[in-house]
Amino acid sequence: MILSRAWAWCLLICCLTQPVFADRIGDVVDTHVWEQAARFFTFRDPSLRYALAGALLLGISCGVLGSFIVVRKMALMGDTLSHAVLPGVAAGFLWSGTKDPLVILVGATIAGLLGTFLVSVIRQTTRIKEDACMGLVLGSFFAVGICLLTRIQKMETGNQSGIDKFMFGQAAALNADDIRLMALCTVVVLLLVSLCYKGLLAASFDQDFAVSLGLPVRILHYLLMGLLTFSIVVSLQAVGVVLVSAMLITPAATAYLLSDRMHRMILYAAGFGTVSGALGVFLSFQGNNLPTGPFMVVGASSFFLIAFMIAPRHGLVVRWLRRLRRSRRIQFENTLKGMHRVLEDRDFVGDGVSLRELAELRRETIEDVRKRVRALVRAGQATLGEDGNMAYFTPDSRSTAMRIVRNHRLWELYLTNEANYDADHVHDDAEKIEHVLGEEIVRQLERKLNYPAQDPHGKRIPGIQEIQEDGVRPAAAGAGLGYGESR
Amino acid sequence: MNPSNPPLEIHDMTVAYHKRPVLYGIDLVVPGGKLVGVVGPNGAGKTTLIKACLGLLPLSSGWVKYFGQAYRESKSRVGYVPQRESVDWDFPVNVSDVVLMGRYGKTSLFMRPTREDRAIARECLDKVKMLPYADRQISNLSGGQQQRVFLARALAQESDVYFMDEPFSGVDAATETAIIELLHELRDQGKTIIVVHHDLPTAKEYFDMLLLLNMRVVAFGDTEEVFTSELLQRTYGGRLTILSEVVDVVKQQEER
Repeated sequence: MILSRAWAWCLLICCLTQPVFADRIGDVVDTHVWEQAARFFTFRDPSLRYALAGALLLGISCGVLGSFIVVRKMALMGDTLSHAVLPGVAAGFLWSGTKDPLVILVGATIAGLLGTFLVSVIRQTTRIKEDACMGLVLGSFFAVGICLLTRIQKMETGNQSGIDKFMFGQAAALNADDIRLMALCTVVVLLLVSLCYKGLLAASFDQDFAVSLGLPVRILHYLLMGLLTFSIVVSLQAVGVVLVSAMLITPAATAYLLSDRMHRMILYAAGFGTVSGALGVFLSFQGNNLPTGPFMVVGASSFFLIAFMIAPRHGLVVRWLRRLRRSRRIQFENTLKGMHRVLEDRDFVGDGVSLRELAELRRETIEDVRKRVRALVRAGQATLGEDGNMAYFTPDSRSTAMRIVRNHRLWELYLTNEANYDADHVHDDAEKIEHVLGEEIVRQLERKLNYPAQDPHGKRIPGIQEIQEDGVRPAAAGAGLGYGESR
Repeated sequence: MNPSNPPLEIHDMTVAYHKRPVLYGIDLVVPGGKLVGVVGPNGAGKTTLIKACLGLLPLSSGWVKYFGQAYRESKSRVGYVPQRESVDWDFPVNVSDVVLMGRYGKTSLFMRPTREDRAIARECLDKVKMLPYADRQISNLSGGQQQRVFLARALAQESDVYFMDEPFSGVDAATETAIIELLHELRDQGKTIIVVHHDLPTAKEYFDMLLLLNMRVVAFGDTEEVFTSELLQRTYGGRLTILSEVVDVVKQQEER
């Protein structure tokens, strides 16, 4: 949701900023993209240095706090808080008449706290649920904030005040005082989070248990909310009210996809926050001081998109590849099983399986079967005779085939004996289960069924020893052990 | 152990959820070294009883004492196994992180877990046979394994009184046996264990004492004495319909 909103805002901004900068294109026409990039990387402009420092600081504090917000399922709270501070920002400006960071900080903090307080009051006294309460407060506070901002812009001092930067963020507008405040905020966040890490972790994972341990869960919650408000407020100028919550959530969500431990997630989130912050400043600088917030969030969202695709365990591509590999394996195993059954049907006389026999058994055309066998050959799991019409096992694939047949028949027997399935109901189920039974479960099944020799249809179940021996020395041993006698 | 200071004593405890009383005038004295099962129908207030004892819910009246002391003073002597469903198992922690949390109450908030804490956590994991899974992320565990992790976390608390909320729900047979063996072992060490349990037939088998609960204490005593059809009927028979109706009326009036 946050993500899609970020993109939507970006589009909007691109449209909005066009006319604003149209009259300035004349000034910038001689600054080439590369020159601009060179200026960026030499850090010549002090305002650029401030902007970068700000982006890095806010990336760290937002990443750290965002990690907790995400795992505590409070993402919407971050969003509410960031929108609720806007009237405070405007009121702070009206009060002091200038862009005094301290007064604005105080105003914004008060507004943010008032917003969260209202959410809990509405939730507790009415039957409106929490998400609607947040939506309510978010919308109304934001609207009031916009109204005040438009008033300020009509004022004479307001126009040059840079207060409009609070909407979409302008890192280039940061000055030394702002940076000092942001640095203070980041240091406080890092200090308190690392001091109380134990308690925050326990309270986030299992609140009741943490309370029962005697940890000050309520205080920790307020601490987190306090830090959140504080760092949202100091980040406002660089990212803007609209998108600051995205800087909280997106890097943390990206990190969540990539790590399974909280401290690592925090580290990654801070990293992604920092890099996307810097990226935002760079792109904004390239475009001659376009609003920074949207570019930062676009950067953060791109990282998320990449992680969403290729994260090692949770990524889309990885999951897709895993599924592909699995279905390929199942196909191989089914073909091998078919070959085994052809051999079994003629009491393991001879080594080769003709494609015609296999096609008959599998009820497929010879062409289809040929394709399957060729795939097996390519994977080194079978060989084709010289005329291309006979398929042979390799030692490995023969034991694979026997293992699958064994799994299939054991499972059928288990279902009929232990789960009281009818013998004609078990085949389809076993067709799926045979590919997923691990060695450990198979052993359990054998023990449970007392090392059976025959499946419910009277077919022989290959034992583990035969599978291991037969892998090396096929038909003779099979015949010796009485393959196919049950038919 | 001073007999006049039982491990758990509850006096005239009443608990309300959203202004709606769930437990009425509970009086209970649990002797030491017993494995106590809490049984009763859905909505009887079994979980509420545990949470109220642990100070997770405010009491409308009455008090709870452990070894003659208020809960505030005896927190370190009380262990807790919440319902497995109460947490998000996708949380980014691994098995040993979770068990280590059992030690968090032992030192100050700002202290890192010590080497000794880690050793105890490993020991507890070993007791529930989960040591091989110590580095696994918790979402990759089966239901039974998750329950064992919770149990190990409670063991790491090294408490004298334990509250366990449905530790047998949704676990495999092997885990169930393992848990009950562990509970017997704890009991034999003189610990008091109070277990919310859903399944009546096994309740008779597992526990030394039973608390039959349905908004109030229907009966509490040794399992053989309490597990009678008459008392069970009274617990499950819904004789309290008038009481719960009155509760609804009270609630409606308060909301008006």
